[in-house]
Amino acid sequence: MTGTAVDLIWLAPALALLGFVLNGTLALARPATKTAVSIIGVGVLLGAFAIGIAVFRSFVALHTDAPVVFQYWSWIPVGSLQVNVGFQVDQLSTVMLLVVTGVGSLIHIFSVGYMQEDPGYARYFAYLNLFVFFMLLLVLGSSFPVMFVGWEGVGLCSYLLIGFWFSDKVNADAGRKAFIMNRIGDFGFMVAMFMIFWSTGSLDFGTVFSHAPTAFVAGGGAITAITLFLFLGCTGKSAQIPLYTWLPDAMAGPTPVSALIHAATMVTAGVYLVARCNLLFAMAPVSGAVVAGVGALTALFAATIALKQWDIKRVLAYSTISQLGYMFVAVGTGGAAISAGIFHLATHAFFKALLFLGSGSVIFAMHRAYHASHSHEDAQDMRNMGGLARHMPWTTTLMWIATLAIAGVPPLSGFFSKDEILTAVFARGTPQPAWLVFGGLGLVTALLTAFYMTRLMLYTFHGPNRTGGEERRHLFEAPWIMTAPLLVLGLLSLAGGLLNVPELYHGNAWLQHWLEPISRSSVALLPETHLATGTEWMLVGIAVAVAAIGIVGAWRLLNLETIVPAHSAPAERGFARVLRNKWYVDEIYDALIVRPIVWLSREVLWKWIDQQVIDGALVNGAARGTRAVGWANRWLQTGQVGVYVAVFLVGVLLLLWRAMS
Amino acid sequence: MLLSPALEISAVLFTLGVAGVLLRRNTIVIFMCVELMLNAVNLTFVALAQPLGIGGQVFVFFVMAVAAAEAAVGLAIILAVYRHKQSVSLQNMNLLKD
Repeated sequence: MTGTAVDLIWLAPALALLGFVLNGTLALARPATKTAVSIIGVGVLLGAFAIGIAVFRSFVALHTDAPVVFQYWSWIPVGSLQVNVGFQVDQLSTVMLLVVTGVGSLIHIFSVGYMQEDPGYARYFAYLNLFVFFMLLLVLGSSFPVMFVGWEGVGLCSYLLIGFWFSDKVNADAGRKAFIMNRIGDFGFMVAMFMIFWSTGSLDFGTVFSHAPTAFVAGGGAITAITLFLFLGCTGKSAQIPLYTWLPDAMAGPTPVSALIHAATMVTAGVYLVARCNLLFAMAPVSGAVVAGVGALTALFAATIALKQWDIKRVLAYSTISQLGYMFVAVGTGGAAISAGIFHLATHAFFKALLFLGSGSVIFAMHRAYHASHSHEDAQDMRNMGGLARHMPWTTTLMWIATLAIAGVPPLSGFFSKDEILTAVFARGTPQPAWLVFGGLGLVTALLTAFYMTRLMLYTFHGPNRTGGEERRHLFEAPWIMTAPLLVLGLLSLAGGLLNVPELYHGNAWLQHWLEPISRSSVALLPETHLATGTEWMLVGIAVAVAAIGIVGAWRLLNLETIVPAHSAPAERGFARVLRNKWYVDEIYDALIVRPIVWLSREVLWKWIDQQVIDGALVNGAARGTRAVGWANRWLQTGQVGVYVAVFLVGVLLLLWRAMS
Repeated sequence: MLLSPALEISAVLFTLGVAGVLLRRNTIVIFMCVELMLNAVNLTFVALAQPLGIGGQVFVFFVMAVAAAEAAVGLAIILAVYRHKQSVSLQNMNLLKD
């Protein structure tokens, strides 16, 4: 207890939980309620955001480097394992708290407009509030188990919201796919937890991190295994190779869900986890390199797929995977680069939420237009769009801002955060050349990012309109309740870089200094890195040039006149077809993993073990044996009392004889 | 001094009772034979109480109480069976068979 507003931290998740309970009750009792649901759903989030700001302000005023930990009650007291339900307020969790509740509030407001006509309105907001509750548990939890509850909870909400329109089998399947892929990662998280407890005897962040330097040998097998298992959890939750394939399918959910869960908050949980455990990753150099390497590969791989997708949300989904890869490169580098990763996490939350919500506005408009003309075309296919800038000027402008931000055009937010990462990675390249490769991959990704985002903007908003004459008259800008959050996010995407203007531009690098207490212990373990000012300027120059080449290249290379609507479009050929089909990764997974497991389950486990062994030998076998014994013994039961008495007598005599002799 | 003859009489009575239960078909007679066996045991108890102590005599009272209760219940059952079947022969009481 600190006697300041920091003590109120429990209120933030409690409000979200209250919102879930109230909205959930309304969803069950009166599913048609709209106004009350909107007020509760958005209100609790705004309340949580206000508490977040209050907590943040008082925590800043405390001027403390140490985390403030609140232990509420004992949860699992078993022998030497003592787990409390507790929250930890420190530099990292306050930043996450503000991002989650801030961006979450805007997306909740947007949802009021986007979901207005949906029959599951109350259920939707109940799930959304529940998600925020679990997300806050995840970022505020003071121990691994509490974090794990949040980690699982957001996975559950993700599943519920991806399959929100579950009457369509595709959506339900996408939800299950996301859940199962996440479970594979969760297995890693759990094994890591067991091993941490085994080595340090505790699961509280504070105890684990203070014991780690003595409990583990730096670079030893135990710490490497723990961090690799933790990272396996991250690859599931944060959609990295090899477990990323669920995220593009997760676009089956409502678009604000994609913005909140699958772009801004939940998928960044893995980045948060690595940042939180930066000391452990710093003690295991191999794991750090694996994290950065997988991040860099994922960034490039997903960016190539995004080049040839036609579904507007899928482009953004692959873009998200790619940007998450960037963040992992940063947190894998470790030390001070943690702040670069968290910085990119925050700015990405701004511009990617804006992009998703903007695409939501586009889909909303397309959907209404098709509804008016009773057409059944795909409202998400960019080949059916084109020229929407004339009809939706606000959305177009704001999405261009986000596009320039993600492409890394100065002085927008993405420029600073991406540049921060590249600088840190190349600085690490001097002592360890592997990082030069990661940085190179990052630069190529930056080029592709600029290209595919410009492509998305051009196909959607510019060139000739391809919706058809009837629909064109029904294309309008979304209502203000949807445009207003876009406006706020647009401002954040523009100015988010102010959070952390590097010293190179005579800024104060606020976020970097703010997060120093989190990464202090790991900085000493990592090789010292320094880039000359000249090299830094050269890197900035290259990054800007790459972004410019990507944007201009897309502008020059793409011919908007030759695009035809989706229903008459020819199939791609050659390499474009490989990219269009996502490098056939889904098919490869299907052939190598899914089908063997299905075969094993059907032919061996079901038809042989279940039907033959368990049902046949054990269950029916026991029944058959009993019947045979009964059939053999039935001649004893004559029904004549005299016989029974005689047998009884024989028995008594036998007993007597036994007793005598 | 009377122990040996008393035990011998008791054994004879008990054997008579067992034989009656096994061989007779009339339920009433079987019932009486069961009582005979009980009383043979009572005789043993009383006889053995002489050298071994009062416990045997006390037990006889319990056996008599149980026998009285058994007589009440048993006769009632036999009566009920007779009302149902117009017979008290064991040969007619084989509902358990098949």
